[in-house]
Amino acid sequence: MKAPAFAYSRATSVNGALELLSAHGENARLLSGGQSLLPAMNLRLICPEIVIDIGDLAELRGIAVRDGIVSIGAMTRHVELLESAQIATSVPLLAEAIRHVAHPAIRNRGTLGGSLAHADPAAELPACMIALDATIVVRSQSAERRIAAVDFFQGIFATALSAKELIVSVELPIAQGASAYFFHEFARRHGDYALAGVAAHATMDGQVLSELRMAFFAIADRPVLAKAAAKLVNVTVTPALISEAAEAFGEELDPPEDQQASADLRRHLARVLFRRCAEELVDFGSVRVIQ
Amino acid sequence: MTVPVAIALEVNGERVDAHVLPRLNLADFLREHLQLTGTHVGCEHGVCGACTVRMNGEIVRACLVLAVQASAKCVQTIEGLSDSGEIADLQAAFRERNALQCGYCTPAMLMAAQDLLGRQPEPSREEIREHLSGNYCRCTGYQAIVDAVEATARARKARPS
Repeated sequence: MKAPAFAYSRATSVNGALELLSAHGENARLLSGGQSLLPAMNLRLICPEIVIDIGDLAELRGIAVRDGIVSIGAMTRHVELLESAQIATSVPLLAEAIRHVAHPAIRNRGTLGGSLAHADPAAELPACMIALDATIVVRSQSAERRIAAVDFFQGIFATALSAKELIVSVELPIAQGASAYFFHEFARRHGDYALAGVAAHATMDGQVLSELRMAFFAIADRPVLAKAAAKLVNVTVTPALISEAAEAFGEELDPPEDQQASADLRRHLARVLFRRCAEELVDFGSVRVIQ
Repeated sequence: MTVPVAIALEVNGERVDAHVLPRLNLADFLREHLQLTGTHVGCEHGVCGACTVRMNGEIVRACLVLAVQASAKCVQTIEGLSDSGEIADLQAAFRERNALQCGYCTPAMLMAAQDLLGRQPEPSREEIREHLSGNYCRCTGYQAIVDAVEATARARKARPS
């Protein structure tokens, strides 16, 4: 299908975009890369009266590092994250996850901010934000807010953004000392939305995990941190403990059922991912150390 | 109220000026305004890949780009790539190996394959499959397509430059 008619405005500054958002509120949609918005409009799931194109806003693009924080502009495209040496070094989990986001032609247009604002529960990048304990910086005409990723995602396509705010950037802390990451997803084909997936980040203290954030996606209405991961922190992890924690993790879940997978299949896949992730991370095989 | 917007872009090396409604996507603009019908329209929501074109040197889904977003950009379609001879060997390899049947996916498949070969001159079969994973073919079962891309990569490598 084709998108219904809408008015179009190309913003030339963030302030200009915010002014339009403020004027039109719920009737407006921001167009960044368009790789989620345009399909939804073509399918007539979303019918905005006005589309505000923020594609020209260079001030929202780019990757910068300062004071142990990687700051990524909201309009930074997936392909730019994938090809960035800075991302590969500082937040390799994100570089790994991007490979699983759709296909090359989509990654050439899709943006980080667009993916987060869309908040598809099966998307990889929102889960990465939670695993990496990101701060999402949003702005309206009157104020700037800094929202922790765990508070940002609030349900299927629902976020903490108000209709008058846009995402400016994302801030990711660079892990100091020894850390490791894990990413895996089960999908019918490469590039498809996952049936279940996990993005995880761990820090080490000697021979134990001192912090473990395992963010699962496609198994709930939003990306979720596994509470059972706490069982593996600051203890000597044994195979039996991993099994026990994976079992407990399955009990935390109430996965959705759709034509792709039953709730039971999703719970099973989530447990398998939990186990593989834990085994990999406690193996210390993938640890990198930043002094 | 929606009103036509003036756009100016380059398509296959030629400057194009037009007035388009905001809702018009780039695929429909190419096909219906410029009669460049090699860009095919399949699913219209970014899944099938049949509308793949190049914009500023990168492959994109023309159904997920508004024509107004292509203003000031440089677009290349299968007609451009074909006429310039850039992909003549790839096209020949597709023909020789029966890497197409109905041909609906073929222009976009060639676009995506050429994009891969431009970045990775010696792709493995797995890399070829991964790069083409966003392009559906309902006839061939993909085997012959992967064969053709692999054969083209080998032939280009062997060719004295």
